[in-house]
Amino acid sequence: MNLNATIIGQMIAFALFVAFCMKYVWPPIMAALDERKKKIADGLAAAERGRHEQELAEKRAQQVIHEAKEQANEIISQAQRRGNEIVDESKDNARVEGDRILTSAKAEIEQEANRAKDELRSQVGSVALAGAAKILSREIDDKAHTDLLEELVSRI
Amino acid sequence: MDSNHRDVCNRICSFGVVATAIDDWIYSDTADFVIWKFESGLKPKMASETITSSEYIRHHLQNLTFGQHHDGSWGLAHNAQEAADMGFWAINVDTMGMSIVLGLLMAWFFRRVAKKVEAGVPSGAQNFAEWIIDFINDSVRGSFSGQNNMVAPLAFTIFIWIFLMNLMDLLPIDLVPEAAKWTGTNMFGMDPHSVFFKVVPTTDPNATFGMAFGVFALVLYYSVKMKGLGGFIGELTLQPFGKWGMPFNIFLEGVGLIAKPISLALRLFGNMYAGEMIFILIAIMYGAGLILGSFGGLLQIGWAIFHILIITLQAFIFMTLTIVYLDMAHQEHH
Repeated sequence: MNLNATIIGQMIAFALFVAFCMKYVWPPIMAALDERKKKIADGLAAAERGRHEQELAEKRAQQVIHEAKEQANEIISQAQRRGNEIVDESKDNARVEGDRILTSAKAEIEQEANRAKDELRSQVGSVALAGAAKILSREIDDKAHTDLLEELVSRI
Repeated sequence: MDSNHRDVCNRICSFGVVATAIDDWIYSDTADFVIWKFESGLKPKMASETITSSEYIRHHLQNLTFGQHHDGSWGLAHNAQEAADMGFWAINVDTMGMSIVLGLLMAWFFRRVAKKVEAGVPSGAQNFAEWIIDFINDSVRGSFSGQNNMVAPLAFTIFIWIFLMNLMDLLPIDLVPEAAKWTGTNMFGMDPHSVFFKVVPTTDPNATFGMAFGVFALVLYYSVKMKGLGGFIGELTLQPFGKWGMPFNIFLEGVGLIAKPISLALRLFGNMYAGEMIFILIAIMYGAGLILGSFGGLLQIGWAIFHILIITLQAFIFMTLTIVYLDMAHQEHH
C-alpha cells in the first residue's frame, strides 16, 4: 500500500503502451474497418446500380423483342406478297411459254403438212402419170397429155 | 458540472476512506481479534508450516518491493515495515512485472492482428479484435466530440490493459504467489516468508495512480492547448461566480480538477482491492474443514462470476471517464 516510484514506472509503461497502440495497432485495424465499410457501401451501390441496369436492360429487351416481332411480321408479309408475285409471274411466264410452244408446234405441224403435201403432190403426179402411161401407153400422145396432167396436178 | 464535481469528490472520499479503512483494519488488533474466531480451524498452509489467518491476509496484501534498505544496500524488502521504510524511491516488482507482461501480451496480440488485418471477411483473432475495437470506437464517438486521433487508441489501451490486469483477480488466489514463492525460494534462495507477490496490479494504488496521472497530464495538456493558457486559467478562476468570487472559484474548480485523476485512480483501486480482499477471505475458509471449505468454494465461484462483471465494468468506467475528461478538456465554453 505504499506509494513509491512504481507510480512513475507505471506512467512510463502506460505512455509506451499507448504510444504503441496509437502507432502500430489502432491505425491499421481502423483502416481495415474503414476500407471494409467503403467496400460494403460500394457493393451496395453497385448492387443498386446493377438492379437499375437490369431493369433498363429488361425494358430494352422488351422493346427489342417487340421491334423484332414487328420486323418479322413485316418480313413475313413481304415474303408472302413476294411469293404471290412470283407465283403470278411464273403463271404468266408459263402461259406465254406455252403459247410460244403451241404456236411453234403449230407452225411446225403446218410446215410438215405442207412438206408432206408437196411430196405427195409430186409423187401423186408421177404415180398417176405412170399409171396413166401404162393404161394409155399406146394411144396417148405423150406430149399432149402431159400438159393436161400438169394442169390437173396444179389443181390439187 | 459543479454538482457533478462534488458528487465525484464525495465518491472519491468514500472510496479513499473505505480503502484506507480496510487497510487500517487489516493491520489493527481488531482484525486479529475478529480473525481469531477462525483461528482454531482456519490455518492455511504456507510452505510446511502453519500460519495465522491475519498473516495470510497480510502476506497477500504486501507487494514485492525493491529499494534501498536502511543500511544503504539495495534489495527486496523482507516485510511490510522494511518496504514502508524504503520511502518513495522503491519499486513494486510484482506490480511492474505483471502490468508490463500483460501490456506486452496486449501489444503482441493486437499487433499480430494489425499486421495481418484485411478488409475482406475477417476470421478468428481479427474478428475478436475488431469486435473490441468497434465497441471502443463507438464509445469514443459517442462521448468525444472533438477532433483528436489520440483519444481512441488511448481509450483502447486503457480498456484492454486494465481489463487484463483486473482479470488476474480471477486466477486462483494462491496460484501465482505460490509459484513466485517456489521460484524465489528455489532459484534465488530467498526466505519463503519474504517472497510477496500481488498478482493484480490494479490492487496497487501505484498502478491506478500512474495511469490516472497519465490521463491527467493529457487533460492538462489539451486544456491548455485548446483553450490557451489564459482560457484555461480563466476557466479555473472566473467560474462559476465571476471575478469577484475568484477565491471561491479557484477552490471549487481546483477541487474539481484534482478530483479527476484521484477519482479515476481510487475508484479502480478501491473496487479491485475490495474484490481481492473478498477472495482472500473466502480462501481462508478452505482451511476450516470440509463443510466450511465447500461453502467457501461455492462462495468463490459466485463471487468470481460476479467479479467478471466488476472487472469489465471498472475497465469500462476508467475508459469512459478518460474520454469524458478529455472531451471536457477539448471544449471551450465562455
